[in-house]
Amino acid sequence: MKATQPHPVLIDGSRLITEACIRAGADAYVGYPITPASLIFFYASRRFPIALPAPDEITALQWMAGLSAAGHLPVSATSFPGFALMVESINMAYMMELPMLVILVQRLGPATGTATAGAQGDLLLLNGLISGGYPLPAFCISDLEDCWLLPPVALQTAVDLRTPVVLLTSKEMVMTQESFDLARLAEIAPVRRTVYDGPGPYGTYDAGDGLVPPFLPVGNDRHQVRLNASTHDRCGIIQHTSDEAMANTRRLQAKVEARTPVLYHLDEQKGAQTLVVTWDITAGAAREAVAALRAQGVPVSLLIPRTLLPLPAIYLEAIDRYPRVVIAEENHQGQLAHLLFGRRIPPNVRTVTAIGRMIQPDEIAREVAR
Amino acid sequence: MNGFLVKPELPYCKGCGHHLIVRNTVKALEALNASPLDVVLVTDIGCHGIVDGNFATHTVHGLHGRSVALAAGITMGLPPAGERGTPRPYVIVYIGDGGATIGLQHILEAARMNVDLTVVVHNNMLYGMTGGQPSGLTPTGFRTVLTPQGYPLPHHDLPRLVLDAGAPFAARVVGLGDFSDVLRRALEAEGFSLVEVLEICVSYGVKMNPDLRLKELAQEAGYEPGIWEGPARPAFRPSRRETASLLDMPAVLRKYSSPLEGRMALILAGSAGEGVQQAAELLAQAAIAAGLHATKKGSYPVTVGVGFSTAEIVLSRDPIFYHGVPQPDAMVVTSADGLANQRERIRRMAGGVLWLDASLPVPETGAEVRVADFRGRAGARNAALYALLTLLRETGVVPPEAFLETVRESPIGRHVDLSGW
Repeated sequence: MKATQPHPVLIDGSRLITEACIRAGADAYVGYPITPASLIFFYASRRFPIALPAPDEITALQWMAGLSAAGHLPVSATSFPGFALMVESINMAYMMELPMLVILVQRLGPATGTATAGAQGDLLLLNGLISGGYPLPAFCISDLEDCWLLPPVALQTAVDLRTPVVLLTSKEMVMTQESFDLARLAEIAPVRRTVYDGPGPYGTYDAGDGLVPPFLPVGNDRHQVRLNASTHDRCGIIQHTSDEAMANTRRLQAKVEARTPVLYHLDEQKGAQTLVVTWDITAGAAREAVAALRAQGVPVSLLIPRTLLPLPAIYLEAIDRYPRVVIAEENHQGQLAHLLFGRRIPPNVRTVTAIGRMIQPDEIAREVAR
Repeated sequence: MNGFLVKPELPYCKGCGHHLIVRNTVKALEALNASPLDVVLVTDIGCHGIVDGNFATHTVHGLHGRSVALAAGITMGLPPAGERGTPRPYVIVYIGDGGATIGLQHILEAARMNVDLTVVVHNNMLYGMTGGQPSGLTPTGFRTVLTPQGYPLPHHDLPRLVLDAGAPFAARVVGLGDFSDVLRRALEAEGFSLVEVLEICVSYGVKMNPDLRLKELAQEAGYEPGIWEGPARPAFRPSRRETASLLDMPAVLRKYSSPLEGRMALILAGSAGEGVQQAAELLAQAAIAAGLHATKKGSYPVTVGVGFSTAEIVLSRDPIFYHGVPQPDAMVVTSADGLANQRERIRRMAGGVLWLDASLPVPETGAEVRVADFRGRAGARNAALYALLTLLRETGVVPPEAFLETVRESPIGRHVDLSGW
């Protein structure tokens, strides 16, 4: 839709995310109100062809799984308290291999925390979300352009990999209004999707020589479909720990690790001795810090991951090129740093963290210049 | 062997009532002339749920207690009968008394919405798969491994609950002999239907209650068999809608200019319900009309209509990546709520200007303080608008006419008397 004439507006990320989902082909939204994700629910209720208010978040995910099983591409948005209720059902959809998108809008925790304060505190939660340690694809928005770019990527990944996908964002990313030129938005192509059209019998989890089995909606009038959240064979029949079933379970990890798109912003400057790594809302502060440092003649590089999980190896490769690394994120522990290095964070890696407020550009710049 | 079962030997204990439920389900479907692919069987966790592999229908095996919600999603997602080419898909849920207990809300919600599905509750009075613990459907006095002296509480009455929630059809049968006609009627009902089938778990129920017979137990427990019909109403189907793009937003045309060269951060603090957020949004739009970049961030307690309401606005000649406001250049306070919320920040201001409503005490601050009667001049509802107009008149950072025009053309424009402002 890139227009030749500028089209400036004051807009929030929730509106862009919702519209991007629609243009990418998502057709059903199941919502339960929760701050700070309710704005997405509001827009989705106006925009989605099917918009269903659920009585709770467990129901929301179960309805989404049912809709997905029947061939729809469902979306929901929530924040930690609601997401916590969804976890078992996300595991179910992961095991059943049902495509869907869950937008997780982070807010200050633990527990109910502060509903109207932002945070970046749910990354490690996502990393261990699937029982057994299987990876769940998670992408992260770091500016308004990502609000437009990433929903289609997340939805295509959900379809291509037959899996739930999480789109991670946070309160200020989806609620703050910003001046933005709509003419900068590129056209969004609908998600490419095929259904199994071969002969019967159809094996719901028979991936053949590949990693992802073809999809066929339940209720179709051509072939039997068997969906199963318990350990199962290629046909979807419950198993204890048969070789075939274990191979099927291992395939869940293999497909996500092999086929999750790797997206990131890497702005490397010649002569830079420090790489700033950041994600989500802190990316704004990092961009300003990097711009200010460069204006002062301090060369510095910047890495903003868009694909957070499974963690792409290329981030560590980039980090290894720099004598110093500064990782900035709005949580108490330095969750991305822990994800990258575990509890043994190398001495050349410094973290800038905060809770209850946004990290300021000066804090990042000071750590780089230290 | 028949069209609905690919394996006639069912995976249940000898003598378990689940056998009869499967046989009667098949008979009911045959009576309806359904074919296997007309049927989606959604099973819960429990002994009943391992029967999927026997059925030639579509099968979906989900989580404990959630099968009714999952089935509701499937029903809502299936194409309407006319589009599908068959008269009607039958969505059947097999769930136990334990699953019905943990998923009671899902059952009630599906009944309230009248989602077109049939729930068959395998009520064998306890959790059979996990060792015989009592459920919400265990009757008073029934002995279980955890309650060898008898279960002390009354059981839920599922048919009554779903009828109260709006189900058009509910039934309870003693799970003996041929009850396929009740299942057929449930499947035929438009919308939600539930059939509770009473059984005794042969592994744990019989062992702990060797003297009990099913019919007598049902009678003693007040498990009244019967068929009950609620008022008929259309089954729920989500309607697909045509909707308009969320990006059909009018462009904020650049009609004015601003003298601002760098960046200005200001905070507007007032009370919830006094238009603080809207006033800040209109200022941000006016700034865009004056050629600036702008961001507006809201902060307020979880209670919507009381307490403080604060907006942080950043205006800049250059694109804004970071929209936080560590140190404001300007602070506008229109109410006591706003002052209380921002008092610490005001105290830390080493410069800048504080515009303060005349009704408020002057707080400790290093900012220049300018007092004006915003509330008296414009009323509580419009004090925030008037305060921002005052700021613009005194600073010129955005032309006041740009702000007034933005207000006039906004949805609140016709409700605000701007004459004399």
